[in-house]
Amino acid sequence: MAGTKRHHTLVVLVENKAGVLARVAGLFARRGFNIESLAVAPTEDARLSRITLAVDAESAPLEQVINQLDKLINVVSIRELAPEESVERELLVVTVNAAGDTRGQIMDLVRIFDGRVLNVGPDKLMVSMSGGPNRVDDFESLLRPYGIVELQRTGKVALPRLAKAGGEVGEF
Amino acid sequence: MKLNGGQALMRSLERQGVEIVFGLPGGAILPAYDPLIDSTIRHVLVRHEQGAGHMAQGYAQATGRPGVAIVTSGPGATNIVTPLCDAYMDSVPLVVITGQVPYAAIGTDAFQECDTTGITMSVTKHNFLVSDAQDLPQVIHDAFHIATSGRPGPVLVDIPKCIVDPRNPRSALEWYEPDGHDLPGYRPRTEPDPAAVATAAELICSAQRPVIYSGGGILKSRAADALLRFAELVRIPVVTTLMNRGGFPDDHPLCLGMPGMHGNYTAVTSMQRADLLITLGARFDDRVTGKVGAFAPEAKVIHMDIDPAELGKVRQADVAIAADCRPGIEALTEAVTALGGAEAQADRRQWHDTIADWQERYPLVYEAGDSGGALKPQFVLEQLRDATPDDTVVCAGVGQHQMWASQYWRFNHPYTWINSGGLGTMGYAVPAAIGAKAGRPDRMVWAVDGDGCFQMTAQELVTANTERIPIKVAILNNAYLGMVRQWQEMFYEERYSEVYLSPDLPDYKGWAEAMGCEAMRIENPAEVRPAIEKANEIDDRSVVIDFRIDTQEKVFPMVPAGASNDDIVLDPSQQPPPR
Repeated sequence: MAGTKRHHTLVVLVENKAGVLARVAGLFARRGFNIESLAVAPTEDARLSRITLAVDAESAPLEQVINQLDKLINVVSIRELAPEESVERELLVVTVNAAGDTRGQIMDLVRIFDGRVLNVGPDKLMVSMSGGPNRVDDFESLLRPYGIVELQRTGKVALPRLAKAGGEVGEF
Repeated sequence: MKLNGGQALMRSLERQGVEIVFGLPGGAILPAYDPLIDSTIRHVLVRHEQGAGHMAQGYAQATGRPGVAIVTSGPGATNIVTPLCDAYMDSVPLVVITGQVPYAAIGTDAFQECDTTGITMSVTKHNFLVSDAQDLPQVIHDAFHIATSGRPGPVLVDIPKCIVDPRNPRSALEWYEPDGHDLPGYRPRTEPDPAAVATAAELICSAQRPVIYSGGGILKSRAADALLRFAELVRIPVVTTLMNRGGFPDDHPLCLGMPGMHGNYTAVTSMQRADLLITLGARFDDRVTGKVGAFAPEAKVIHMDIDPAELGKVRQADVAIAADCRPGIEALTEAVTALGGAEAQADRRQWHDTIADWQERYPLVYEAGDSGGALKPQFVLEQLRDATPDDTVVCAGVGQHQMWASQYWRFNHPYTWINSGGLGTMGYAVPAAIGAKAGRPDRMVWAVDGDGCFQMTAQELVTANTERIPIKVAILNNAYLGMVRQWQEMFYEERYSEVYLSPDLPDYKGWAEAMGCEAMRIENPAEVRPAIEKANEIDDRSVVIDFRIDTQEKVFPMVPAGASNDDIVLDPSQQPPPR
């Protein structure tokens, strides 16, 4: 779970070209770096994609990971985001057993965690929830006793936290 | 001007100053071979694509210019994977052009299709799959830029057949001269950080037992002169790794020669006892460090490398300098000069005395053997060294013969030693020597080869003789995969498993003659020198000498794999040093 293990978050801007993800993934495999989670999508600049990577901090020194990544010709920039300097979000979609009495308890959890019900079956619910990785972990572990049928997490995305000009900027 | 992709490819190569390419045509690359007829570029037709790759490497290592190879798709591409990996490990600038099936056929398991860019992704500095003929001039321009700048390396350009086939409308393009590069993620750094240089200069001046640990980066950045000036200014001894033999003259009083698994005692031990390693263009390879935790335990480390990923990869540096060696060493020289230069150096008389004492007590030695006995490989190499010009280019395969050649040759000029260091590719010598001779026709080029290695790539002697690129080959024939045999003798209780090759099968002399070479078989010490002198006289074709050497001979010194460099094993005739 991305929120609990010791890891580094890297935001890697890459050229939006065929095979770039394979280059990044291949590099990690070849050098024995472990990827905790990975999210890739185009950015506001059509020539670039942003890869948000959580790297297992035990598997390799961060500097080595960054320097090796930087050698890939298609990697334009790499930035490490410390948790306290960034806003991280992850999306979870889960189908959970929800027959009889448990349905109401699950609905309470969904409400508390600002989740949404996506699909309703006679004895199951499909719900989504997004938040910081720790919060997503909490939600997942609270649902687990009810019986998770299927679960998919996106891997986290992150952007640097905005400067605190004239007072606290809240996290929403 | 309207061109097709094949014409644009040739024009792009000409524009890069390419004078020679090594290759072998086939279906997918076939249309590109048609405009080659009209090109100024010389093509050397190899007998196996691996030969093309190693020839391009030999050419690049002898000349400093990028080597170029052209092969077809599928098996042509897979056959050149070994040279690509070899060039990647040893930072050799190559541009390899591969044919590919037509764009529309990619992914259909077409005849001679393979995922060339996928297969070579991890053994190239970068690779390209050209999807549009219009991109071709820019891609070739970028490929040469990437291969030759920063830390050099191999770049592969995969070109679908439709792009070079004039009958296909996809091959049409409007020719242009590329101007600059749109590579936003590629910014190799070459100039050193002045603050790091200043710190390094202070460490250098105050060090009591410093050693300059110089690697292949010296040759890549053409920094041999800069290294010489620097070493003479500070009067610090220099070890030259396998990749930097010739980068500092062996005959120079400050030169300690090769360190590492088969390095000489003084080179290995000076690093173990050093209080400062001035690491220039070297990467703490396991064959140099031995057991990393026990390597140079008392040394602070200055590490200069153009590739920031090498800094701290194996050994944490006290001062890390990401820079090209040439400007980096020049800056160090300047900074040390500013601190007082030679006068500012700590008193190191004791260190120099210690080193001189090691050199006297533990030189490279071998048992000479009697005059009627089997040839000693070291004797053959000494004779070869003494009978050839000082600037002879020596190429080696991989194994015992390679280590003996590195140990017993005196390299006094840069770019005179060409071998496969990182990947350890058997069969490297013959094709690399052909490439080197093609690039330096003015030089005598000797391949020092083993019998096992020779059998892997000997067919390229046909290429050498057909193309009139005469090389000379000394096979040190001990009828074994000698280095493996040595390990089995020393570490596997003499249980010899699959290492015997036979001295007579093949008949090397007959085989070489069949390939158009002059050939000799030498078994007596007295015949060695005359045979070499005869070989040196022959210039119109290649020469192969089958030297029958002592099967029992082992390479010493040796640091057993995984052991500390302190546990160096000397020649049995030498007293082990006190610990």
